[in-house]
Amino acid sequence: MSNLTQETSQQSFISFFLTAGCDSVAHAVKKSFIVAIWFVFLTFPIMVIQVNTIEKTVVWHWNKIGYVAIAVFFGSFLWRWLLARKELKKDESTEETRIEGLLTRIQSHPLLKLASLGVLALAAILYPQVFDLYQTNIMVSCLVYIVLGLGLNIVVGLAGLLDLGYVAFYAVGAYAYALSNMHWGIGFWFALPLGAVLGTLLGLLLGFPVLRLRGDYLAIVTLGFGEIIRLVLENWGDITMGPSGISNIARPGFFGMKMSIMDSTIYMYYIMIGLVIFTIFCVNRLQNSRIGRAWLALREDEIACQAMGIDKMKTKLLAFALGATWAGMAGVIFAAKTTFINPASFTFWESAMILSIVVIGGMGSIRGVIAGAVILILVPEYLRNFAEFRMLLFGAIMVLVMVFRPQGLISAKRKIYKYEASNTASAANE
Amino acid sequence: MEYFLELLLGGLTRGSIYALIALGYTMVYGIIELINFAHGEIYMIGAFTGLIVAGLLTMLGFPGASILAIALICAVIWSAAYGYTIEKVAYKPLRGAPRLSPLISAIGMSIFLQNYVMLSQTSDFLPFPELIPEFGFLKEYNSVMSSSELVIVAATILSCIGLTLFIKFTKLGKAMRATAQNRKMAMLVGINVNMVISATFIIGSSLAAVGGVLIACHVGQINYYIGFIAGIKAFTAAVLGGIGSIPGAMIGALVLGLTEAFATGYVSSDYEDVFAFSLLVLILIFRPAGIMGKEKTQKV
Repeated sequence: MSNLTQETSQQSFISFFLTAGCDSVAHAVKKSFIVAIWFVFLTFPIMVIQVNTIEKTVVWHWNKIGYVAIAVFFGSFLWRWLLARKELKKDESTEETRIEGLLTRIQSHPLLKLASLGVLALAAILYPQVFDLYQTNIMVSCLVYIVLGLGLNIVVGLAGLLDLGYVAFYAVGAYAYALSNMHWGIGFWFALPLGAVLGTLLGLLLGFPVLRLRGDYLAIVTLGFGEIIRLVLENWGDITMGPSGISNIARPGFFGMKMSIMDSTIYMYYIMIGLVIFTIFCVNRLQNSRIGRAWLALREDEIACQAMGIDKMKTKLLAFALGATWAGMAGVIFAAKTTFINPASFTFWESAMILSIVVIGGMGSIRGVIAGAVILILVPEYLRNFAEFRMLLFGAIMVLVMVFRPQGLISAKRKIYKYEASNTASAANE
Repeated sequence: MEYFLELLLGGLTRGSIYALIALGYTMVYGIIELINFAHGEIYMIGAFTGLIVAGLLTMLGFPGASILAIALICAVIWSAAYGYTIEKVAYKPLRGAPRLSPLISAIGMSIFLQNYVMLSQTSDFLPFPELIPEFGFLKEYNSVMSSSELVIVAATILSCIGLTLFIKFTKLGKAMRATAQNRKMAMLVGINVNMVISATFIIGSSLAAVGGVLIACHVGQINYYIGFIAGIKAFTAAVLGGIGSIPGAMIGALVLGLTEAFATGYVSSDYEDVFAFSLLVLILIFRPAGIMGKEKTQKV
């Protein structure tokens, strides 16, 4: 009996999959066929013909037409099914995904929470002991991106200000350390707060004029600023060494001890773990503070937020400056980690990368941003074989996530206050 | 004086290309309030399609001027198809979503298209065949104005006039203006809004393709990355003029082109892009609505 129901449910699933958004299977096939032909037409000149105008030769890649047609034909079924499913689930948007459910369950259970935190801490401590230098290095850059993502999360995720020039603050931090180290021999531990302060100051300086702008305008002005900073770094050769960059930047020291590259990478790793924990702590505290709630209010509705007596300008500036603080610190660490920087590390695509960590992970959600950084940084590292297709997939994933899961992988939960029957208020979990 | 004229004409040429791309940005923004980040990539795809078609035709031995015409037509057709498809795939499912979502989808689309062209074609610079014939009457002014500059400026002026007339006098143009003013109201009076949006993308992409092929002829080489910087500059131009306004985009593009040309000519060529972005930032800070735009008050 149960077998039978399973079979029918499976059948209905298949038929739903095939006919999603269409009247019948035949209609769906016809639709997919047309879409496939359209895409063959679309991709024909760029994918099939390679012209060499100097040697006057043409290479035809006819086989690619077949790949495109087949991929699009089946892909369009999937596309329609996903769209239909999204439409169906619209009303249940509060429903948790399986991962989120698991996370909430772990969090609500004190013993489980403690145990999983313990496992996580142990894994973090043992990681460089178990894995080799290469893996540790990748992990360090992943941790840098987690910090950057969490910093940008304050600006974009919490306050809802779209900043496309976040990399400018990152660059300022990196160059602050590199230059002060080169000219005055300033060490890492002094440069770290210096980078943070410079980031904050620049954030305030830039934020003051531009934060009066709304949404898209803000995005484009910050993009402009990011590019200006990069171009200045590139062209102001006397100070910044131009496109060739600055090399031989000192690694972080530990009371003047001499360390091998291996040791200093492991040391770097532990510094980063510390910084990530510090960042998570700060962002978490900020999120649930008065100012954090003001950011959320600002994100949801500026006018209503002002009507509630929140100083819009001050709140925005604070978000912008705090976001920049973390970028400045991450910049110092980046310079210390790679020991070489040049303007090419601070292009718009870096900003786009950090932004997609925030957006794909889940705006406003700390766990989401961490997950986003881990996925977007580690997965491409291990997909070196597909290095060519990396950015292609990356762009496609950005579009797909936005179309099918706009709230990101792990969506942010607003703090909900539940009132018990006895009228004693108790705060629910995050 | 001759140097000044040279810079002026160079600025006009630059401004014309920006105008062709900026029109697409401004039209799309006017109708669905989206910064179509992938628009620069459409321009790049137009240039690539033009290169492929022109390369094939030169090998088949077609005469020069006909190659230019056919390459332009093909570039327009394919770019329009790309614009149409991008809207259907990346923006249409996101109508009604929070404003950040389509913007990020657009950035993703832009990354995707760049890499798609890079992987299918090449990551190197490709030489673009010289398609624009040398005009005899321009021989003596050669140092000041080349024939490709003349063609670009003329094509832009024609396109702008054509577009203005189209928007003003045709039924579709009227529908576009109505949709830009109020989408829901336009639906109520029986305008097929989806069709209007598609048409906007198609027209914008066609203009960008014309710009792509012409500038590629002028500069003589293209690669997959040209769309990014041209797109940002054109967007700057659109914002300068007041985004959403079609004459504004043309004026903004000219201002931007001339500013860049004179700044590079008289100050320093290293900081060419810095001037453009600084101009953008200054305009946005002191006159957020742009030169021709109307100040909109935000309402609840």
